[in-house]
Amino acid sequence: MESKNILLVGVGGQGIVLASEIMSEFFKRQGYDVKKSEVHGMAQRGGIVSSHVRIGEKVYSPMIEKGNADIMLSFEKMEALRWLYYVKKDGVIVSSNVKMVPPIVSTGAFEYPEDVEERVLAERPDAKILDIVSALKELGNDKVTNVIMIGALSTMFDFEPEKWLEVIKEAVPKKVVDVNIKAFNKGRELMGK
Amino acid sequence: MKVLLSGNEAIARGAYEYGCVFASAYPGTPSTEILENVTHYKEIKCQWSPNEKVAVEVAIGASFAGGRALCAMKHVGVNVAADPLMTLTYIGVKGGFILVSADDPGMHSSQNEQDNRNYAKFAKIPVLEPSDSQEAKDFVGKAFEISEKFDTPVILRMTTRTSHGKGLVEVGDRIESKVERGFERDFSKYVALPMNARKRRVVVAEREKKLKEFVEETDLNRIEEGKGNIGFITCGISYQHLKEVLPDAPVLKIGIPYPLPMKKIKDFVSKFDKVFVVEELDPFIEEQIKAEGIKVYGKEFFPEIGEFSPEVVRNGLVKAGVLKEENKVEAEDKAIPRPPVFCPGCPHLGIFYALKKAKAKIVTGDIGCYTLAAIKPFEMMDTCVCMGASIGNAIGMEKVLGSGKGIAAVIGDSTFVHSGLTGLVEAVYNKSNITIVISDNSITAMTGGQPDARSGFTCNHEPTGKMDFEVVARAIGVEHVYVVDPTKMDETYKIVKRELEADHLSLIISQGPCVLYPQKVKREKFYTELENCTACAMCSKIGCQAIYRTTEKTEKGRFKWNIDTTLCTGCGLCIQMCKFDAIRPISRKGE
Ligand code: SF4
Ligand code: SF4
Repeated sequence: MESKNILLVGVGGQGIVLASEIMSEFFKRQGYDVKKSEVHGMAQRGGIVSSHVRIGEKVYSPMIEKGNADIMLSFEKMEALRWLYYVKKDGVIVSSNVKMVPPIVSTGAFEYPEDVEERVLAERPDAKILDIVSALKELGNDKVTNVIMIGALSTMFDFEPEKWLEVIKEAVPKKVVDVNIKAFNKGRELMGK
Repeated sequence: MKVLLSGNEAIARGAYEYGCVFASAYPGTPSTEILENVTHYKEIKCQWSPNEKVAVEVAIGASFAGGRALCAMKHVGVNVAADPLMTLTYIGVKGGFILVSADDPGMHSSQNEQDNRNYAKFAKIPVLEPSDSQEAKDFVGKAFEISEKFDTPVILRMTTRTSHGKGLVEVGDRIESKVERGFERDFSKYVALPMNARKRRVVVAEREKKLKEFVEETDLNRIEEGKGNIGFITCGISYQHLKEVLPDAPVLKIGIPYPLPMKKIKDFVSKFDKVFVVEELDPFIEEQIKAEGIKVYGKEFFPEIGEFSPEVVRNGLVKAGVLKEENKVEAEDKAIPRPPVFCPGCPHLGIFYALKKAKAKIVTGDIGCYTLAAIKPFEMMDTCVCMGASIGNAIGMEKVLGSGKGIAAVIGDSTFVHSGLTGLVEAVYNKSNITIVISDNSITAMTGGQPDARSGFTCNHEPTGKMDFEVVARAIGVEHVYVVDPTKMDETYKIVKRELEADHLSLIISQGPCVLYPQKVKREKFYTELENCTACAMCSKIGCQAIYRTTEKTEKGRFKWNIDTTLCTGCGLCIQMCKFDAIRPISRKGE
């Protein structure tokens, strides 16, 4: 069983913790040992969120070493830039093109750089930047970035999509199951599957 | 069956499986989810206490009555609870007693970094330290056993990573404790008068001796054979990081860092050329071993400050010459910062804006969401020491500065109940003329919205008595008490200004609900009619994160301001700032 370090990053309120929960539960069901950790605290008030999910035969530390993530899923584009150094040289980077402007920018203290995507690609030409902005519009729900990202992740493993959906259906509220199924498929589609 | 649990969930599960009947806590990151999860088990009576000292005292009562009791808090909470703990040490228990201390190495959300294993040595009681969720659950059972067997309270020490990290846990059924319920009067045990305590002091010493024998045998301290002539002694989360970096190293894994199994350690150390102690924060194990004259290495290679991670352990091993240096990853953050901010429409915004406008000279602060007022854009909080310190600090400042005019102490409702009340009594009794503001959102918001004595409901969401601050303050003897609605700007400002300048003690209770808890606030939102915006930037002054600077300019070349209506919670503060009818309730859109 190949072990993998998956790093999820983004901004408080984007559903990162739920996404990492779903992934952990999924890999547990496929027979992996799983550990995960994230930092709670003041993140819900607009701060940075990162979650480490580690899977393998036997996992010890719940934390990924810097430079050792196999996969990074960034829910916000500037966060992809922030966390680049965490990813292995040959690691996979998938980022959303969503822009979440921190309040310090709103007040004029900092500029949100216009060329974030270019800067990510300049350093990691293989990085994939998904058009989540359009996807959310198309799906008519701005809260499903996390499941789109899970869809994207699912293309990197050899498991039936149905198996992923099983876990997703259990994890999200009943009312939004349908849109989450669509979001999952959208994530796969954006990855070309 | 294996399930994924965080360390905190695992402790709650352990409490359930190992027959705990009572649990108390005061919320604090990273410990909060322990009690929240205990509420899911009907077999355990549980409650949020007003502070950690009270939480320990009620749990002690439960133990004296024969119930297995667990009490959870964050590391600094143990400072508050230290008084009863230090004497419980002498008295001992009836039903097993566990104090969970969740430490925060790296200070992810704490005002200091303290290694609470020291409390165990200080109180002369055992401390157990799990290294993952499975152990967190198992150790609850072990801790109850040790507590009852040796008639001692036990500390279960968690850290942020063991509390919040998740891992697979084998769960089982509940086993009821065999201790008989009921309190038996025993003057010499339960009454800590000097004459009794002196005798119990000797019992404590004897107990320590017995514990020292026990720790040599228990499998909580275990040796893992490995390769090479270098050995490692480690405990807690450090064990996991070490195994990550050196999966095959010979390890003595310590589950009980106090008291230590010295014979086992001596024996282990003798087998290797060199032995390293790998432990986060203080050289707690290392110093005890060295004090026995045993040669080990530790803090010369591993930091004493901050949280451990696999790379911190790896760097230490490189420094020690155990590992060769690999390409080091430079942590380079190329993005702009994203500091935490108040929620849009947070009731703290209005009161801090009023304090700013009224030119409060000094604002002593406290622990809660409102501590965010210390940073931009408000920068209206000058001190922050510990729970409840705001009032005391302000009183002391006034004594030195000679006048309380312009000095305000800001405290939240939960914090006021926790340890602000006695400060208020101090203020009245010793004739302080400061202005105290209770920023009352009727919830413990910072840790995720736990109810408190002010909120009117219990940890199980049952309605209960609701503390009335105004009545309490008057009963204590505060004459000038005002209740304000912080979304009413003028009124709030006028009262704040008047009281800051007055020559008496004032209490302003600023009441408005937290926008997140217990329910998300749903009010009519506001929007900006950009055409009317003159770019005066007044609306930006209240620090609401829903208000942002646009790229659109006025003729004079200044940037206009807009409202992100997805974020706005409709508090109405900004409309009171706008003189040009640019901000309007959404129902007026299109008019
Ligand atoms: S959680 Fe509540 S109290 Fe805290 S910043 Fe948000 S609205 Fe204010
Ligand atoms: S009404 Fe104004 S100040 Fe209040 S939340 Fe909305 S934008 Fe912010």
